[in-house]
Amino acid sequence: MHDKTLTQLAASLKSGEFSSRELTAHYLQKIEKTDGKLNSFITVTGEQALDQAEAADKARAGGGDTGILTGIPLALKDIFCTRDVKTSCGSKMLDNFIAPYNATVVEKLSAAGTISLGKTNMDEFAMGSSNENSHFGPVKNPWDLKAVPGGSSGGSAAAVAAGLVPAAMGTDTGGSIRQPAAFCGITGLKPTYGRVSRYGMIAYASSLDQAGPMARSAEDCAHLMNVIAGHDVRDSTSVARGVPDYTETLNAPLSGLKIGLPKEYFGDGLAPEVEKAVRDAVKMYESLGATVREVSLPHTHYAIPAYYVIAPAEASSNLSRFDGVRFGHRCKEPIDLMDLYKRSRAEGFGEEVKRRILIGTHTLSEGFFDAYYTKAQKVRRLIRQDFLDAFEEVDVLMGPAAPTPAFDLGAKKDPVSMYLQDIYTIAVNLAGIPGISVPAGFAGGRPIGLQILGTHFAEAQLLNVAHQYQQATDWHLQLPAIAEENA
Amino acid sequence: MALEESHVRRAAHLARLAVSDDQATGFVDDLSRILDMVDQLQSIDTEGVSPLAHPLDATQRLRADEVTETNQRDTFQRCAPAVENGLYLVPRVVE
Repeated sequence: MHDKTLTQLAASLKSGEFSSRELTAHYLQKIEKTDGKLNSFITVTGEQALDQAEAADKARAGGGDTGILTGIPLALKDIFCTRDVKTSCGSKMLDNFIAPYNATVVEKLSAAGTISLGKTNMDEFAMGSSNENSHFGPVKNPWDLKAVPGGSSGGSAAAVAAGLVPAAMGTDTGGSIRQPAAFCGITGLKPTYGRVSRYGMIAYASSLDQAGPMARSAEDCAHLMNVIAGHDVRDSTSVARGVPDYTETLNAPLSGLKIGLPKEYFGDGLAPEVEKAVRDAVKMYESLGATVREVSLPHTHYAIPAYYVIAPAEASSNLSRFDGVRFGHRCKEPIDLMDLYKRSRAEGFGEEVKRRILIGTHTLSEGFFDAYYTKAQKVRRLIRQDFLDAFEEVDVLMGPAAPTPAFDLGAKKDPVSMYLQDIYTIAVNLAGIPGISVPAGFAGGRPIGLQILGTHFAEAQLLNVAHQYQQATDWHLQLPAIAEENA
Repeated sequence: MALEESHVRRAAHLARLAVSDDQATGFVDDLSRILDMVDQLQSIDTEGVSPLAHPLDATQRLRADEVTETNQRDTFQRCAPAVENGLYLVPRVVE
């Protein structure tokens, strides 16, 4: 069962080939037997999952109007608040936090009849590109246990790649869906900013954060987008705009599609084997009728510097809520209120989170605000304009999702060298446009991701373009050996 | 813009983070490298460019001034470290 895509599983549930309870029990057993090696889950909610599965089977047997995803098991990054279930955000600060309400994404997935198997591991507060910043320990890459799965949605990516769950929800602030999807050989979509509600998603950088699906195929992602996309009055930046049926246009032909290759995405630092895989994928698109031209995004190299002002500034503000008073970790025997704040936060946050809080606080402070924050926001406008100009000339942009395949655990000790990993993904969040990473080959047994970018609200087009590639290739269907253990 | 330990200490105080002397030295190194990377921004001419705070240039929506939420104080206080009679407890602030 675990070798099937979500779309195939939905068809099997509908035809009665197996029940949701059987399917859910199968995945729970795989998690129990395999996840000790991967550490992709922080919390597994087996009992609730089996109860939900039985309810889904009953609903289906009742013959009522059940949605296509009824009875499909999923996993949620541990950044989404889930009522009565621990929601840690990968942090010691929230190790004792039982969320009192559901995120909108969780409500919508539940209303669609899906089953949550549990909460996946992640870099603490979504700050990281390797999943090594989790309070609950690093996640291993299912393709090679010496390698990182990417981050920050590394648990979601590893769980899907290893066949522990057919799909999972992630979030992407600077590449946190697309880069782990690339490193683990799965398909991950970051929607347009505001397309999916942020309500109940623990905030890192509010002008950049966006939730999205991580699954085996673009078709699977389309089904999930149909459920999660849309306006939410509880998120003031959620966009009031109609949601198309993302599955309807998956099979549109690509003849005449204009592809742009940003020349800045093929420069120094790009591993030759990644470049080859991406260029081979582009050739495949030409054979499907697309035309290809080079374009320029001249401010590409300023995206990481701008991001490391804007994101930490927003984080320093967002994370001020963790004060040891209303929820989360509280230090023992505080001598006064200031001591309570300072020690609770010092004990509850990890190194990388502290670094970003300090950077953000410093750059927002008196005497530095204009030189850093205002400057970075101006550069952000230039970066967005690069993309808008490019989309005047072409329909989609293509390039690598990351400069290399997954690197080894412990390989990047210096924070700045870790930040530079996100060179191809981070500008997309600053511009607010959607992007998808699609499996496009392997190097040394580790997956390579092709990134496809579109203009604001072009998710349907990205899914169509990705799906057509997946009709012509089978990279996305390949499974690591660990997925067949205990099968 | 060189970062000094006094900057780190000021930021740590503003952010209400306890930082030991050893940690402060480490943060000066890490944050200096991050800010050196960030300083590349200074080389771009942004004359006449207005800051972008939101990728879609959206404006805040307005709604009718009506009560939409119910009182869930007890539910929300279940995850608090210390409460009494519906109040959050902290060390004595006023003698």
